[in-house]
Amino acid sequence: MRLSHLQRLEAESIHIIREVVAECDNPVMLYSIGKDSAVMLHLAIKAFYPAKPPFPLLHVDTTWKFKEMIAFRDKTARELGLELLIHINPEGLAAGINPFVHGSAIHTDVMKTQGLKQALDKWKFDAAFGGARRDEEKSRAKERIFSFRSTEHRWDPKQQRPELWHLYNARKHQGESIRVFPLSNWTELDVWQYIYQEGIPVVPLYFAARRPVIERDGMLMMLDDDRVPIRAGDSGQIKKVRFRTLGCYPLTGAIESEADTIEAVIEEMLATTMSERQGRVIDRDATASMEKKKQEGYF
Amino acid sequence: MRPLEMQTFAQPHVRTLEDYLAALERKSLLRFITCGSVDDGKSTLIGRLLYDSKMICDDQLAALKSDSKRHGTNGARLDFALLVDGLAAEREQGITIDVAYRYFATERRKFIVADTPGHEQYTRNMITGASTADAAVILIDACHGVQTQTRRHSYLASLIGIRHIVLAINKMDLVGYSKATFDAIVADYRAFADGIGLANFVAIPIAARDGDNVAFASAHMPWYEGATLIEHLDTVDVDIDRATLPFRMCVQWVNRPNASFRGFCGTIASGALRRGDPVFVLPGKRQSRIARIVTHDGDQNEAVAGQSVTLTLEDEIDASRGDVFCAGSALPGVADQIEATIVWMADEPMLPGRPYWLKIGAKQVVATITALKHSVNVNTLEQVAAKTLELNAIGICNLKFDQAIPVDAYAANAETGGFILIDRMTNATVGAGLTRFPLRRSRNIHWHSVDVTKRARAELKTQKPFVLWFTGLSGAGKSTIANLVEKRLHAAGRHTTMLDGDNVRHGLNKDLGFTDADRVENLRRAAEVAKLMVDAGLIVMASFISPFESERRMARDLFEPGEFIEIFVDTTLAAAEARDPKQLYAKARRGELTNFTGVDSPYERPANPEIAVDTSAMTADAASEAIIARLSALGLIHEV
Ligand SMILES: Nc1nc2c(ncn2[C@@H]2O[C@H](COP(=O)(O)OP(=O)(O)O)[C@@H](O)[C@H]2O)c(=O)[nH]1
Repeated sequence: MRLSHLQRLEAESIHIIREVVAECDNPVMLYSIGKDSAVMLHLAIKAFYPAKPPFPLLHVDTTWKFKEMIAFRDKTARELGLELLIHINPEGLAAGINPFVHGSAIHTDVMKTQGLKQALDKWKFDAAFGGARRDEEKSRAKERIFSFRSTEHRWDPKQQRPELWHLYNARKHQGESIRVFPLSNWTELDVWQYIYQEGIPVVPLYFAARRPVIERDGMLMMLDDDRVPIRAGDSGQIKKVRFRTLGCYPLTGAIESEADTIEAVIEEMLATTMSERQGRVIDRDATASMEKKKQEGYF
Repeated sequence: MRPLEMQTFAQPHVRTLEDYLAALERKSLLRFITCGSVDDGKSTLIGRLLYDSKMICDDQLAALKSDSKRHGTNGARLDFALLVDGLAAEREQGITIDVAYRYFATERRKFIVADTPGHEQYTRNMITGASTADAAVILIDACHGVQTQTRRHSYLASLIGIRHIVLAINKMDLVGYSKATFDAIVADYRAFADGIGLANFVAIPIAARDGDNVAFASAHMPWYEGATLIEHLDTVDVDIDRATLPFRMCVQWVNRPNASFRGFCGTIASGALRRGDPVFVLPGKRQSRIARIVTHDGDQNEAVAGQSVTLTLEDEIDASRGDVFCAGSALPGVADQIEATIVWMADEPMLPGRPYWLKIGAKQVVATITALKHSVNVNTLEQVAAKTLELNAIGICNLKFDQAIPVDAYAANAETGGFILIDRMTNATVGAGLTRFPLRRSRNIHWHSVDVTKRARAELKTQKPFVLWFTGLSGAGKSTIANLVEKRLHAAGRHTTMLDGDNVRHGLNKDLGFTDADRVENLRRAAEVAKLMVDAGLIVMASFISPFESERRMARDLFEPGEFIEIFVDTTLAAAEARDPKQLYAKARRGELTNFTGVDSPYERPANPEIAVDTSAMTADAASEAIIARLSALGLIHEV
C-alpha cells in the first residue's frame, strides 16, 4: 500500500491538529468560510472521529463578507453540531469602519487584525488554527507550522522555533499563544483536488454563476448589497463570474468564468496563468507588506 | 469529456479531465533538500524547477522579467534565482530564515523542496530541512569541484540518514560540457563518500541557468546517458523504506467520546498493521491485539507508515499520550539513559548538567546531558574535545531522563529515535538529537558495571553527596534538627533525603525488634540504604540513636573518607527524659520497654564526632545553624 500525496498531506495535517489539542489548553479553529477553512475543518472532523473536534470555531466577522458566506457558515456549524463563536470589533463597528471610506488597509487592520486579537483575548485562546498555506505568497514560504506570538500577539521573526521531523514544540509561557497552520504544505491545487475527492461542501461563490458586478480599478466587484457607493460612470452588469478566494466583498475581485462545477474549476485552474492572491486587494496594497502585517498580528 | 492540455513538463500531451484527475489521485510525494554553498546555483536551480514545472503564473513571470532586467546577473536572460530569493531584504530586516519550503509537481509526483539558505547557520538550517527529506540534491560548481562545503553537506545528509543523494554538478556550460571534468569530480567525490558510508549517490551534470538535464535532456552533453534530475527524482523509491520497518506508533491522543469507546490516535511511524495483529504497548510491555482501525470513512483492514489513525484494542489497556505501540517481533529499548548525537541550535551554549525538556514521539521528559564525550568538526569530521556545544556544533553525548521511555536507535528508526531539546526557561527549541543507542535498559536488572558513577550523578545535581549521621539519646532532638537542616539544604536547591529511625522501623525494618542483634541489623540496613542514596548523589540525613561505637564505625566504613559526617546530638539524660516526646522513658521506667537506651541499655558517647551540638544549651534552630556553618567550613556545601 503506497500513499498518495494527498493521503500524506492529510495525515500530516491530522497529526498537527491532534498535537495542538494534546499540548494546548484552549485551542480554537479560525473559520474564515473559504475553501481552505473548509478543508481544515474537514481534517479536524477526521482527526477526532468518532468524537467531535474538541474546540470551537471562531469567525472574526467584518460585516462586509458576502451574504452567501454567512449563510454557509451558519449552516455548516449547525449541521456539524459545532460551537461557532462570532466576533465583530465593537470599536470598529461603532466607528463605522468601511472599506469604501477608510480603504482596505485600515478596514483590514481594524476589523480583521484587531478584531482577531480581541477575540483571542476575550476567550483566552492559547492556540488558533489558521488555514494559510506556504505556497500562497513568497513570505509565507518560510513560515513555521507552529508560529509563536507574544502576549501582545506580535510575531517575532527571531523567536521562531526550528521544526524537526514531526516534533512540534508547543511549550509557551502564560499569555503567549500559537498560530498553527495545518495546511502549510498544501498547494491551491491540492486543496481543490481534496475538496473534489472528499466531496467537501464549499461556498457556491467559488462556482461560476450570473452575478451583478461593477468594474472598479480593474477589478470586478460583486454588488452583494446596497452599500456600494455608485460613482458616476459605474455601470452595473450581470456577468458569469466566480471567485478564487473569498473575503470582504468590496476587496475581493471576481473573475469571469464558465466553471460551474468542481471539475471545471480544477480544469480552469490548470489552464490559468494568474496567481491566486492576485484578486485580493490587500496584497496589492503596496504600503503594507505581508511581513509587516504578520508582525502586527495579521494571520 | 473535454480535452485538456497537461500543465506539467513531462511530455505535455492531450488528455481528458477524468484521466487527469485519476492520475492526480495516484500522485506520490517526495520531499527533498537542496544543499550548496553560496553561488553554486541553488536558487537558480529551484527557480528553474518551478519555472519548468509551470508553477510560475503570468503575473509572477511579468515581475520576474522586470526584476531580471533590473537586478539579474544574466544580462538579458531570466534570472530564475530571483523567483526564490527575496532573502537579502529579509536579512536586512534581521529575520532569521532557517528553511523556506517550495512546491512543484510533475505528472507522477508532488515535490516539497526545503531550501536552506545561510552560511553561518548552515548546520542548523540544513539539519532542520533534512529531517523530513527523502532525498538530498547536493550542488557542486563544476568550475570548483568538491569543496569543504560539499563534504560538510554530505556528512550532515548522512548523519540525518538521507539515503538518496544526488550530486548535481552545475554550470557545466562553464567547463565546456566536459565529460572528463565531470568524471574527475565524481571520482573525487566517491573517494570521500565511501569514507563516510555514503555508498550510493547518483551524479548528474547540469546547467541550472539554461535547464540542461534539469527537466530536459541536454543537447550539449550527448555523452551523458543517465536520467535528468527530474526524471531521477520522479522515480527514486522512498516509500518502501519506512513501511518495511517494524511497526511503531506513538500515542498522540486518547479519544474517549463515551465510556464504550477508547481510541488511540497517532501517526504510524513505521511498518504496517492489520486488524487482529498483536501489539505491545511500551513502556510496561502490556500486550493486546488491534480490534479496529477506525476512520471517518469507515473501518480499515490495514494501515501503513505515514497514516494518521485511530486504533482500538481488544483488551482494556490504559495507554496514554507518549506510550508507544509496537510489533512484538522487534521492541525498542526502554531506557532512561542514552548515547546520542546532538546538534546544537541555540545561541546559548549547551551545558552538561543542565536539565532540558526532551520531546521524542509524543513523549516529553526531563533530560540532562551527563557527559559530552566529544564534538565533531563538520568540515574535517575530526573528533574534538569539548566542554560545551556552541550554536551549530555537533557532539556525542550521554543523556539521562527522569523516567525510562521507549527509544530506538535513530539509524534504525528516525521517527522513534530523533528528538528535540527545549530550554526550560525560554521554551525555545535548542537542540536536535539522534539516539545512537540506549545505555541501559531500565528493566535489565543484571549487576553490571555502570557508566554513570556516583560522581556523575552528584555532578548533575551540582553537589557533593554525603550522609549526616545524627546520633544521640531518644528525645535529644535528632529528628527535629535533621529536619531543620534538611529544610535549609532543600531551600538552597540541594537534593536531599531523610532516613529516620522510627520510619525505617515501620517499613524496611519492621521485622526487627530491639534485641542487640536486631539493633545491629537495624543499623546495618539503615547504613546500606544511606550508602545507596549517597551513590545516587543525594545528601542523606540519617537519625538513629545508634548507641554503640562499633555500629557507628560499621556505618562509617561503608562510605568513602569525608562522606560520613557524624553529628552527636548531645543532651543530658535528665533533659531528654524530661522532654520524653513519645512517652518512651516513662514506659521504660515502668518496665514496659526493655533494652531502652539510657534506662537499661548503655549509650556510648562518640569519641570524635565531626560535629557536636548540645541541645541542653541551645535551641534546635541554633543547632541546625551551627551544623550548616560547620558543613560550609568543611567545604561540603557552598552558599546555603
Ligand atoms: N554559467 C552558469 N551560471 C549559472 C548556472 N547556474 C547558476 N548560475 C549563476 O551562478 C550565480 C549564483 O547562482 P545562485 O542561484 O544565486 O546561487 P546560490 O547562492 O547557490 O543560490 C548566478 O549568477 C547564476 O546566474 C549555470 O548552470 N551556468
